[in-house]
Amino acid sequence: MGISRRDFFRVSTGTALGGLVGLGVNLAPATARAEALRIKDTKAHPSVCPYCAVGCGTVVHAANNQVVHVEGDVRSPVNQGNLCPKGAAIYQLHVNPNRLTKVLRRAPGATQWEEWDLERAMDRVAELTRKTRDETFVERDPKGKTLNHSLGIFSLGGATMDNEWNHVQQKLMRGLGVVAIENQARI
Amino acid sequence: MHSDCIVIEGSNMAECHPVAFRWVMQAKLAGATVIHVDPRFTRTSAMADIHAPLRAGTDIAFLGGLIHHVIEHEKYFKEYVVHYTNAATLVRDDFKDTEELEGVFSGLHGYDGDPLNGFVGQYDTASWQYVSGDTGTQRAGDGAMTGQVSQNPAKRGDMAGKGPEVGANPPPQGPPFDGMVRAMKKPPPPRDETLQDPRCVFQIVKRHFSRYTPEMVERVTGCPKDVFLKVAEAITRNSNPERTTAFCYAVGWTQHTYGPQLIGTCAMLQLLLGNIGRPGGGILALRGHATIQGSTDIPTLYHSIHGYMPALSTLKQHETLADYLKTETLPASYWSNTPKFFVSYLKSMYGAAATVENDFGYGWHPRIAGDHSHLPMTIAMMEGRVKGMFAMGQNPAVGAQNARLQRKALAKLEWLVVKDNFETETAAFWRTSPEVQNGELKTEEIQTEVFLFPSAQVGEMDGSFTNTQRLVQWHAKAADPPGDCRSDLWFTVHLGKRLKAHYAASTLPRDQGIKHLVWDFDADHPEPGSRIPDEPDARKVLREVNGYRSADGRHLTSAAELKDDGSTTCASWIYCGIYPEPGKNLAESRVPDAPEGPQTHLGWAFAWPSNRRTLYNRASARPDGKPWSERKKYVWWDGKRWTGHDVPDFPLTKAPDAPAKPDAIGLDAHAGTDPFILKVDGKGWLFAPTGLVDGPLPTHYEPVESPVQNPLYKQQTSPVLKMWRRDDNVIASQDPRYPHVLTTYRLTEHHLSGVMSRWLPWLAELQPELFVELSPELAGAHGIDNLDLVRIATPRGAITAKALVTRRMRPLQIDGKTVHQVGLPWHWGYQGLVTGEVVNNLSALVGDPNVSIHEGKAFVCNVEKA
Ligand code: SF4
Repeated sequence: MGISRRDFFRVSTGTALGGLVGLGVNLAPATARAEALRIKDTKAHPSVCPYCAVGCGTVVHAANNQVVHVEGDVRSPVNQGNLCPKGAAIYQLHVNPNRLTKVLRRAPGATQWEEWDLERAMDRVAELTRKTRDETFVERDPKGKTLNHSLGIFSLGGATMDNEWNHVQQKLMRGLGVVAIENQARI
Repeated sequence: MHSDCIVIEGSNMAECHPVAFRWVMQAKLAGATVIHVDPRFTRTSAMADIHAPLRAGTDIAFLGGLIHHVIEHEKYFKEYVVHYTNAATLVRDDFKDTEELEGVFSGLHGYDGDPLNGFVGQYDTASWQYVSGDTGTQRAGDGAMTGQVSQNPAKRGDMAGKGPEVGANPPPQGPPFDGMVRAMKKPPPPRDETLQDPRCVFQIVKRHFSRYTPEMVERVTGCPKDVFLKVAEAITRNSNPERTTAFCYAVGWTQHTYGPQLIGTCAMLQLLLGNIGRPGGGILALRGHATIQGSTDIPTLYHSIHGYMPALSTLKQHETLADYLKTETLPASYWSNTPKFFVSYLKSMYGAAATVENDFGYGWHPRIAGDHSHLPMTIAMMEGRVKGMFAMGQNPAVGAQNARLQRKALAKLEWLVVKDNFETETAAFWRTSPEVQNGELKTEEIQTEVFLFPSAQVGEMDGSFTNTQRLVQWHAKAADPPGDCRSDLWFTVHLGKRLKAHYAASTLPRDQGIKHLVWDFDADHPEPGSRIPDEPDARKVLREVNGYRSADGRHLTSAAELKDDGSTTCASWIYCGIYPEPGKNLAESRVPDAPEGPQTHLGWAFAWPSNRRTLYNRASARPDGKPWSERKKYVWWDGKRWTGHDVPDFPLTKAPDAPAKPDAIGLDAHAGTDPFILKVDGKGWLFAPTGLVDGPLPTHYEPVESPVQNPLYKQQTSPVLKMWRRDDNVIASQDPRYPHVLTTYRLTEHHLSGVMSRWLPWLAELQPELFVELSPELAGAHGIDNLDLVRIATPRGAITAKALVTRRMRPLQIDGKTVHQVGLPWHWGYQGLVTGEVVNNLSALVGDPNVSIHEGKAFVCNVEKA
């Protein structure tokens, strides 16, 4: 095609892309002035899109301990500042009137949620975990092989969480003997 | 972007991974051919040079046809195939192929294990082995992990008492374990590099696919022969020393009862074409969640522990530490270091309490005893065997197969803890689920105690995600989360602290694991200005994953530092090196290449292992170490060492002409021409003696539910798949009541079960409503007009959706019969700003035998005007 790598890269960072990609939303160039106002006096924090596994780089702007704006990171070799509609909506994951901010608990048989204090809820979940684990723990199988496990607890989730959470969750579960640990990776 | 031809199959990349698709378009601008193979005509097809339609679930027939074409017309990359694959290796005489046994391999027998594991049959894999020599453990697609009793067939002789372990002189045991590993070493298997021996892998593969002709491809898949041949021509024209072809896939390939085999077919094709380990080549899995890769590496998955080591299992020889290491260590290959990886992992679990004397706490570690994955756990929940459940950032009430069954199973729990940003369908199942609405479940009778903990979002916590290319990228906390929202890390760390406090004084043997579990993630100093002073330190977690010296805590810089004597602590050998010193977290590194740089961006974040961007990249050079071509130069031998644009995935100073050392273990047992360092023979596998439980070669089977009889074999479906037959999980195949193929998919504007999109006004407005895609022919036959309400029924249930009558769906001619396909996006549920029926009410609990993935991409249905 006679396009050198240098030209190739230039095309890739230029505005020619906008029309080509169609779905990629290039947030950076044209609206620079409006952007400047929007992020005035904010601090920029490098971040990553939490939706799909493309891993587009983002910049989260915050002021007064509040997220005020999220945009694509133009430096990222993954997305060069572009985001798809989901990535472009990350702000609304943070600032959203539908967001829960209190722990809810539903008693057995109840028809309503009730708000619970965070520490009280944590104590209760720890108690339930301990009780079920102790009641369902099996040391050996019928042939005498070591099991040291409980199949009474099922831990589901992980692919949308941080790596660090995945580490502590699987570690705590395996520490307790819980082996039914699953996430979306089979899906 | 460096590819000359890109085949997208099993994925609608333009809509589901749009920003990655930019690079496909970049390659196209530079002259690459883009091919889309898919049941639907989508935006990806619109941008492609060729769209090859096919019936959902028939990709093995399509790819098998390409393999047939490549071999038949001698289009394979001869030098690559002979030197870098196991094409020349000889397989045992008693191996029988599907061609000889009407669609099954030798060794098939009934399954007599726990029915909860779901198997309909099982293979004895002994006859699939090389003539002699070691072929490794059941590591990748692990039989034991999904509930089969398994031994390493190649080692079975030893276990029967003939091997060196048994007798008067027990083998040396460790640490150090090197002596034990050395004693396990076997000579390499015989090869015929002329590829003529009828028992060599190449000839077996050739015979296996001999009937996958273009005509047969058309009969099975419905893809017209001339379109198929155009695809074959494009990929063969673009696969040679000068050019490379890449494949991109997503769950359109994985979600089948033969999903892993499907990926394997592509791997075989790419090996034959010489496209693995080379720039612009490879097979790219387009994964759907931000760290679905990370949560596989750092496995919140029952079947494996860190770094792809198999979970301890009662179905394998795992009773003692020495048993585990003997079963799981490959004496040749990089896996010879398994004792170092595994002991360092045990140290990360139990710290100072893990000593040589107590086998590093091995006895405290729990074992698996069958398939504990989502599918059988749903049945176990239904049967009341599961009492408590954590659903963290996952929404099975919408996302799980046979979602009606899933929701009813939730109602059997004693307690359920949900952690999410919004009130998900799973959290609200007792209140608003369809089963409560229609009276099948009564809220007052549901005894489940439910908690819903609100979550911090990505900008409100520190942590890392691993993207689909193994790139680990850090995200920094920008602000506190509101109210009682907490990071997921906060939740689990504080839950762990409470539980550890409870067991701190226990002397019961069963409590020693949790009592000694190392749990030191508190921040040294609370973050200034934060309302949450007890937020754990995510970097301390990463440090434990990366590893440190047990004695003085110095961070480890690479897996090469790991020891098997407890002197190193490291949860994940593959992540070792990501955090080589305090203050230097490479996941936070943000230095892209300059425009004139090599564009491997080694300074941007960290790719495991060792920051390698392309695995097995030694294959990007010829056997003599020179690049295959100037155009495809990537990693090469400069006379003294391996060098290039990437971190070489090979011992740096091992010369291309270095011979394999017969008595050595580890990579010394491989020659300088063996690029596949994780394989016991250093070769890419065209035939898999171990690792898969459903056959050493991929074979076209029909989906469990199909309107079509298998045109290739008498055997209709995989003979060893997983199925749970119950009144609430009815399966129907070749049933005139359900004549159409149903496939499911995603949209650009929504994310999976919709929790992260249907609650966001911007996204909800963009795609407010569930719809069903129908061809004009099918719609016409049922009197359905665009926007009519349509009832879609499967044996599990029925839903209604608005009709989108479109030529994007086209009827196919299969074996002389018209087959219609119906498409449904599955993002809706009964909670959120926009709601709709749950498409997974229609799907079934059936699974693949290797990894228990369900069959969500091809089942049967009927449609009618509602
Ligand atoms: S912006 Fe879109 S393509 Fe990029 S990671 Fe997010 S969801 Fe994926």
